Amino acid sequence: MKKLLINTAVSAALVLSASAANAAEYIIDTKGAHAFVNFKIKHLGYSWLHGRFNTFDGEFNYDAEKPNASQIMVNIDTTSLDSNHAERDKHLRGKDFLNVDKYPTATFKSTNITFNDANSGKVTGDFTLHGVTKSITFEIDKIGEGQDPWGGYRVGFEGETSLKLSDYGINYNLGPASTHVDIGLFIEGIRK
Amino acid sequence: MTICYILYILKHRILITLKNTPLSYGFVAITLHWLMALTVIGLFGLGLYMVELTYYDSWYKGSLDLHKSIGITLAAVLVFRILWRVLSVNPKPLGTNSKINQLAHTAHVVMYILLAVIVVAGYLISTADGRPIEVFMLFNVSALDFVFDDQADIAGKVHYYGACILIGFVILHALGALKHHFIDKDKTLTRMITPLKED
Repeated sequence: MKKLLINTAVSAALVLSASAANAAEYIIDTKGAHAFVNFKIKHLGYSWLHGRFNTFDGEFNYDAEKPNASQIMVNIDTTSLDSNHAERDKHLRGKDFLNVDKYPTATFKSTNITFNDANSGKVTGDFTLHGVTKSITFEIDKIGEGQDPWGGYRVGFEGETSLKLSDYGINYNLGPASTHVDIGLFIEGIRK
Repeated sequence: MTICYILYILKHRILITLKNTPLSYGFVAITLHWLMALTVIGLFGLGLYMVELTYYDSWYKGSLDLHKSIGITLAAVLVFRILWRVLSVNPKPLGTNSKINQLAHTAHVVMYILLAVIVVAGYLISTADGRPIEVFMLFNVSALDFVFDDQADIAGKVHYYGACILIGFVILHALGALKHHFIDKDKTLTRMITPLKED
């Protein structure tokens, strides 16, 4: 009985690792910095403030023949926030906002990807920020796909979504025009 | 009012006591001591207060600008004070316990070091991305040519905890002064208010 259990566990682990290997068909090109996690939020309602996360990594699975079987996973290092102003970044990393000492990573893991046509689709997945996980859905576009000049194969996507800060337990009052932040994901994957 | 005070000083020939003597502090050291005491305590309070202000408080920006301006001024005065202390005669301690005198001396040195660390750390927070610090809208203090990783965050922690430790020392220092005055009944505290005259 014990042996059977172990066998089951081992084979389950093998199946899991096999599917995990499939899910990582593409690696997001953060090494060559052909990928960006940007954010923008209204300042007082009068202008946009732009920033980005400089450090993140991720993998995705995409096949133009079977686009709806796609999967993506992204890990964002929240300490790498950069809005081109050190004092503001310090504030944003602090307890009033991201509290990066306690929550150093934000993650996104897709649960469903559905393409309407060859180049556009919808991604649903679990986004974890500031220790809060929520299911979010946003539209994505495929930018292009093909051989690169150095013997590799690449595909790129973009997607953008608006998050309500208070949904993620970030309640600092930035004013009525600044309750939401737009997150933009611009990624290029290199096939493994 | 000020003129009256100056005349009073002149009349009593206290003016010659600008410099320290082995017996007592001079007026320069006394003025520096109290001016900086007020400034340091004020900056500590302002610092704790301003970080609690929210974005729509009208003093959200102004409080920070004031804190930085006073801080830079304090740094300049600190340099002068340290030079003045090094170049002056230090009055002999009035306490009779040499061990406690030595401890008090160490505490004084630690307070100078903490002050220096706090102002440098404060400077490093605000200049972490190469932006200068504007002092009372009069002039700018430039950033240094180097930055290190997480400069604003690391300097921020040093600035905050350094200030908390300093205030701890300030309390200890004040209690020590009160002990001299009320328990030992010596002139440690009064000679930091008016220079003692040679008998």
